[in-house]
Amino acid sequence: MLEVAGLEAGYGGFRALHDIALTVEAGEAVAVVGPNGAGKTTLMRAISGLLAPRAGRVVFEGTDLAAVPPHRIVERGIAHVPENRRLFPRLTVEENLKMGAFSPAARPHFAERLEWVYSLFPRMRERRAQVAGTMSGGEQQMCAIGRALMSKPKLLLMDEPSAGLAPVIVDQVFDLVRRIRQEGFTVLIVEQNVRQVLELVDRAYVLEVGTIRKSGTAAALKSDPAIREAYLGI
Amino acid sequence: MDIFLVEAIVNGILLGGILALLALGLNLIFGVIDVVWIAYAELVMCGMYAIYWLYAVHGVPLPIAAPIAIVFVAILGVLVHKLIISPILGSAPINQLLATGGLLFFLQSFATLLFGADFRNIGLRLPIVEVGELFVSFARLLAFGVALLGMLGLWLFLKRTYVGTAIRAIAQDREIMVLMGVDPSRVYLITSALGGGLAGLASALLVLQYDVHPFIGLSFGPITFMICVLGGLGSMVGGFIAAFIMSQIISVGGFYTSIELSYVLAFLLFIVMIFVRPQGLFGVKS
Ligand SMILES: Nc1ncnc2c1ncn2[C@@H]1O[C@H](COP(=O)(O)OP(=O)(O)O)[C@@H](O)[C@H]1O
Ligand SMILES: [Mg+2]
Repeated sequence: MLEVAGLEAGYGGFRALHDIALTVEAGEAVAVVGPNGAGKTTLMRAISGLLAPRAGRVVFEGTDLAAVPPHRIVERGIAHVPENRRLFPRLTVEENLKMGAFSPAARPHFAERLEWVYSLFPRMRERRAQVAGTMSGGEQQMCAIGRALMSKPKLLLMDEPSAGLAPVIVDQVFDLVRRIRQEGFTVLIVEQNVRQVLELVDRAYVLEVGTIRKSGTAAALKSDPAIREAYLGI
Repeated sequence: MDIFLVEAIVNGILLGGILALLALGLNLIFGVIDVVWIAYAELVMCGMYAIYWLYAVHGVPLPIAAPIAIVFVAILGVLVHKLIISPILGSAPINQLLATGGLLFFLQSFATLLFGADFRNIGLRLPIVEVGELFVSFARLLAFGVALLGMLGLWLFLKRTYVGTAIRAIAQDREIMVLMGVDPSRVYLITSALGGGLAGLASALLVLQYDVHPFIGLSFGPITFMICVLGGLGSMVGGFIAAFIMSQIISVGGFYTSIELSYVLAFLLFIVMIFVRPQGLFGVKS
């Protein structure tokens, strides 16, 4: 479904990613883990069109995304829950969800998808008229995920959905991600919370200083001594 | 209470409506595109000349001339964005001020070239309405009512439609818009057309009350800018409230002193505000 090859990206004179190769098959959940500053967010941004790659290819369902204007990538079926949620703080929950259904293909389905998102996250229905910036971190994360789901994506990118949340809420967020998987979505997730994310995904890539150091099934990585020491604290 | 004072207050409220409309246009542009259209009131001047030319010179009825002028100024707004703002969007704010300031002088000179420096009047005399002991100009009442309707219409657009919601959203997080499937440059163009359209609507209301001349923009531009700063640049609600504060200062202040002095008062309030609360009454940006 998604194939990244030879990807290089950066900021100004700084090269944040080089020679990244990664694939995600339909129906899979795949994690990208790695320390702070490794380039995980940059990778997500390069896939969703927020950042133009300098070299390499991002191919989604056979189309090279370099040829697609960034604002039309979401129509193709990629939705991105960005780092730090990035809700529109002064819009209401429902208006944020509406922005998630902005693309012409999504608009006719707004009402039915809103109902669906509200049934996934009943809390959002209660909060629908509330200004998003005044909600708790966990609620904002639900809203950000809901906003991405409004485009009914084929591939959902999530950048550290559990960051900055209290431990109880982190568990809830992982439950949410699990449910989204069960709904049949293909997921590419970035997490610092390696132990929990490896319980959830099929495969994972380990990204360090801009390059992929390791990859494998979740089970294999969980039993890898180097991973256990560096990321699982065992 | 002194009936003349009451009249001053009423006239202040009526003036506030049209100033609020002007401030809304400028704030909309600033909030979304992050540039100040210094030449905003000169676009109003263009609209006034358009109506003058259509109605007084060619006899086009006002109900037709006014919508044409609104569309004309909306197109001017799009052109301003395409030709002047868009190429320098990323550059320093001073360049943007210089560019739209240059446009101000260009439009003034161009109007002088076409129409001369004379004061021109569309020659329509609307009646004075008598309410109890109060005499109010019908043109001002009409301007007030239509300005409020115009603002209500914009509010509904911003609140109800996808594009309107995107216009409010883009002012809150520019970068993330493409993830929503929004093309920011298209939103900028629509916003510029709306800002121009509001200036066109204001021109249709002002031409009923004032003569048009190449420098008419100077009567409204500075005060509109001061209102926007007072309310908080980019804050549409702030601009609305500030418009009514300023218009009372001008109208009631003018009643107690003189109209010239009342503008000095308004300017003093503006200066004090800049020092005490630079982000304005309802400012969200510093
Ligand atoms: N906007 C930016 N401008 C310049 N450098 C950046 C920017 N964003 C990130 N970087 C740098 O790129 C590298 C990778 O960052 P990022 O992708 O955010 O890492 P991660 O998400 O893994 O923590 C870091 O060294 C970071 O300092
Ligand atoms: Mg990151």
